[in-house]
Amino acid sequence: MADEVILLDFWASPFGMRTRIALAEKGIEYEYKEENLADKSRLLLKMNPVKKQIPVLIHNGKPVCESLIIVHYIDEVWKHKSPLLPSDSYQRAHAMFWADYVDKKIYSLGRQVWLSSGEEHEAAKNELMGCFKLLEGELGDKAYFGDDTFGIVDVALIPFYSWFYMFEQCANMSIEAECPKLVAWGKRCMEKESVSKSLPDQHKVYDLLMDLKKKILAK
Amino acid sequence: MSTGDVVVLDFWVSPFCLRVKMALAEKGVAYETQEEDLFGGKSELLVKSNPIYQKVPVLLHGGKAVCESTNILSYIDETWPSPPLLPPCTYGRAQARFWADFIDKKVFEEGNALWRTKGEEQEAAKKIFIETLKQLEGALGDNDYFGGATFGFVDIMLVSLTFWFCAYEKFGTFNLGDHCPKLSSWIKKCMERESVSTLLPDPEKVHEFVIMVRKMRGFE
Repeated sequence: MADEVILLDFWASPFGMRTRIALAEKGIEYEYKEENLADKSRLLLKMNPVKKQIPVLIHNGKPVCESLIIVHYIDEVWKHKSPLLPSDSYQRAHAMFWADYVDKKIYSLGRQVWLSSGEEHEAAKNELMGCFKLLEGELGDKAYFGDDTFGIVDVALIPFYSWFYMFEQCANMSIEAECPKLVAWGKRCMEKESVSKSLPDQHKVYDLLMDLKKKILAK
Repeated sequence: MSTGDVVVLDFWVSPFCLRVKMALAEKGVAYETQEEDLFGGKSELLVKSNPIYQKVPVLLHGGKAVCESTNILSYIDETWPSPPLLPPCTYGRAQARFWADFIDKKVFEEGNALWRTKGEEQEAAKKIFIETLKQLEGALGDNDYFGGATFGFVDIMLVSLTFWFCAYEKFGTFNLGDHCPKLSSWIKKCMERESVSTLLPDPEKVHEFVIMVRKMRGFE
């Protein structure tokens, strides 16, 4: 029986991008459903009643929520192709630690850089750059975070590459100057079809974020 | 392997450290603990083993460090597979990870808001905390454990926080049993397990600890 795979998503969501990348890496065919986050569908509210958030992967009618949990699930179900996690349990714990670090830090700091101003903005910008430098240190001279293969840490972080233009414009962050290896890694990931087809154009993301910022600050 | 091969960098009142110890106990793995004095100054070993966060718990296995409690629990479950803490089926594992993540993100922070706030802010914090516990009660359903018929990953994630509930109840002036009777029964059932009853610190000591922290931070 063929698998039925549906993804409830929003085009600019970094969390949604993670799941798109994982599905593409595994060559899984799925139905993409775009959600209007200002008017969430009944399906989304039914499939994720606890958090009411995208992304949600619906596999043969059963929902899986939370982007890194979805990526882990995809890796376990479709294990015959492009493993995203190492097979050794210590290496796996190491990978999950860094994926979790990205999860804890990058979105919330990125959001502050996007929306805040004054001292809060400066502090967020400096802390975010610090995180990028730490990640660059972890990457080292490897092609990808997953040693020399594209893995869960790469999947967790690469969606935020689509925010780099916004960071440069909003916060004058010269990420390429301060973290050249990280930007090189970003470009390398973008050469993969699974990534380039899953990430929207940085300028489109910037326009949306500026639009949303006006609306949020007006409230 | 000797016990020296498995070491937990620990702090007695931390529910996150307790999770790790419970998981090791459930697996019958012998281990040593090294108590960290988080107020006095972190040990060189802690700073070296967890340079990113410099926090407990850290699991040292054969000298290699694993950090972040949920991550450590997964590592323990994979390294010592019997008895399993996660369900055998992939979907069941995704569900367990979802609830583990929910507990990790919400319960401790929302519970602690009850002793960090006063007046209207505290009332609002209480509503949020009880709502979270009700959602967890919904996930438990009519099962004995979150793991279904067997004690597992999600049970450890939540029961390791329950010794703080006495402090939350005292500061928030409420009784858990009034709002979440199924959760209260589940706690009692978990307490019948040796890994839980022998390891859970005295809730009264936690209450005293919170009073001390409140004074230190000028909440009084």
